[in-house]
Amino acid sequence: MNTTWSRFNIVSIVLGFAFLYIPIVLLIVFSFNESRLVTVWAGFSTKWYGELFRNQGLIDAAWVTARVAFISATVATVLGTMAALALTRYTRFRGRVLFSGMVFAPLVMPEVITGLSLLLLFVAIGLDRGFLTVTLAHITFSMCFVAVVVQSRLISFDRSLEEAAMDLGATPVKTFFAITLPVILPAIVSGWMLAFTLSLDDLVIASFASGPGATTLPMKIYSQVRLGVTPEINAACTILIAIVAVGVLIASVVNKSREVQRQRDEQAAQRH
Amino acid sequence: MVQLATSDHPDPAPAAAAGGFGKAIGNRLVIIVPYLWLFFFFLVPFLIVFKISLSTTAIAMPPYVPVFRLEEGLAGFLDSLGELTLDNYLWLTEDALYFNAYVSSITIAAVSTLITLAVGFPIAYGMARAPAALRPTLLMLVILPFWTSFLIRVYAWIGILKPEGLLNQFLIWLGVIDTPLLILNTNTAIYIGIVYSYLPFMVLPLYAALEKMDYSLVEAAQDLGCPPISAFWKITFPLALPGVVAGSMLVFIPAMGEFVIPDLLGGSQTLMIGKTLWNEFFNNRDWPVSSAVAVILLLLLVVPIMLFQQAQARSLEKDR
Repeated sequence: MNTTWSRFNIVSIVLGFAFLYIPIVLLIVFSFNESRLVTVWAGFSTKWYGELFRNQGLIDAAWVTARVAFISATVATVLGTMAALALTRYTRFRGRVLFSGMVFAPLVMPEVITGLSLLLLFVAIGLDRGFLTVTLAHITFSMCFVAVVVQSRLISFDRSLEEAAMDLGATPVKTFFAITLPVILPAIVSGWMLAFTLSLDDLVIASFASGPGATTLPMKIYSQVRLGVTPEINAACTILIAIVAVGVLIASVVNKSREVQRQRDEQAAQRH
Repeated sequence: MVQLATSDHPDPAPAAAAGGFGKAIGNRLVIIVPYLWLFFFFLVPFLIVFKISLSTTAIAMPPYVPVFRLEEGLAGFLDSLGELTLDNYLWLTEDALYFNAYVSSITIAAVSTLITLAVGFPIAYGMARAPAALRPTLLMLVILPFWTSFLIRVYAWIGILKPEGLLNQFLIWLGVIDTPLLILNTNTAIYIGIVYSYLPFMVLPLYAALEKMDYSLVEAAQDLGCPPISAFWKITFPLALPGVVAGSMLVFIPAMGEFVIPDLLGGSQTLMIGKTLWNEFFNNRDWPVSSAVAVILLLLLVVPIMLFQQAQARSLEKDR
């Protein structure tokens, strides 16, 4: 393809990225503001971060969120990977249409509906709302995102590698762990990270599914935001953004070096 | 290795049968476990929502009647069945509030989808035309905001759009306006919030479609004297159509039920169905009516969701 990058293309990309990033940059900048007024710059200060670490409610909520996100992302990754395998490997089984519908629908389902329906389920089966119910709710919607991420990797996966392993006498289980898993691992890792951040970010579903004693960080931030914009919330948001940004950066560097390694291996293999 | 590189697209079905792959119990579990999970935590809850939407509000816990109880057996179940009513749905049609909320949700979601498309298309197009070495970085830059919390991104706009906020300070400093614009707590703020939050969802499918496009078609048309604008509508846009459909549905469907954006950026005048449902549930504690609101919202979204699934299935088929 002939790539002539016109001025129009460049301008639209620059404007687009400015639109996407300026609000986040401003939010971060004003978390270092001396003044309590978020929109008037009064000099550099990190005092709001200090305030943050003295706010026990916020710290408790952060701890709840971290545990919910870790557990739900891990379980969702296992279930989502299984769902992706089921969808790509088994083109015919009873109820496949329903199954793929149940995997794709939660991706676009309005959160208020998912939240309400899960809450009513928990009430119907008499499960007390709290840590467990939030975790179950997060597993349910994030496993579908994992399934889509892993599925897109599985579709381009070269099945002849597995066939070769099994021709050489490997059992299906051994083949899966020795051949399939290492190949789809980057997709599984990004699936886990996606599930983790989805859980970390979720406000609406958590508000429905959670109960007393299991207030998550977004719920806490939301209740404070309703009272007004404060630099303390800016500081909390900045920390969250930093955690996610570092995570994504590490993942992309790891992926990149794996990719380089793989290309080197392939070249070496072809030379023999 | 050479042979492996050439057979990139094996047909999965015969391989699964030939390798004895489908026989092992472990492979059955791969289907059964996520199937049961989604059945129990996704499908069953909807049936419960539907049932409660036919119930009557009561001062009890849970706050509705009838409650099906297993210990009452079949007779008790049939008795309870007789207590179900359509009253909640009738109530929704009688009170103009709900009708207006549905109409304004559809309008806001549709308009913001169109704006997102108009904003996202040039970005996706520019990315697809960018030098190949630069594309992964650009892609990463579009995905990155998606990883940042939705709540945080909406919150960031409050500080910008407030009457004494950064946008007004900037415009006054420029001398464009004398008095601050009132944007926060209006529908304009909701549009900005939705376009901003869902822009990556629009750009990614558009980019996927545009990147595969053969640009020499456009060049050929222009060589034959087709003006750029009509070349766009005759060639580029139709070829990008799968991306347009997928992106639009990814914006429209969640925007319909959006709660955070109308709640934080919109005003008290703004009616959106997600906010109505939330208030009905948390403030009025009327579980049956909020269930009925959810059922109608779901019915309105059935067609867009099916459109999305078809677009999704088609793009997966193409990748095979």
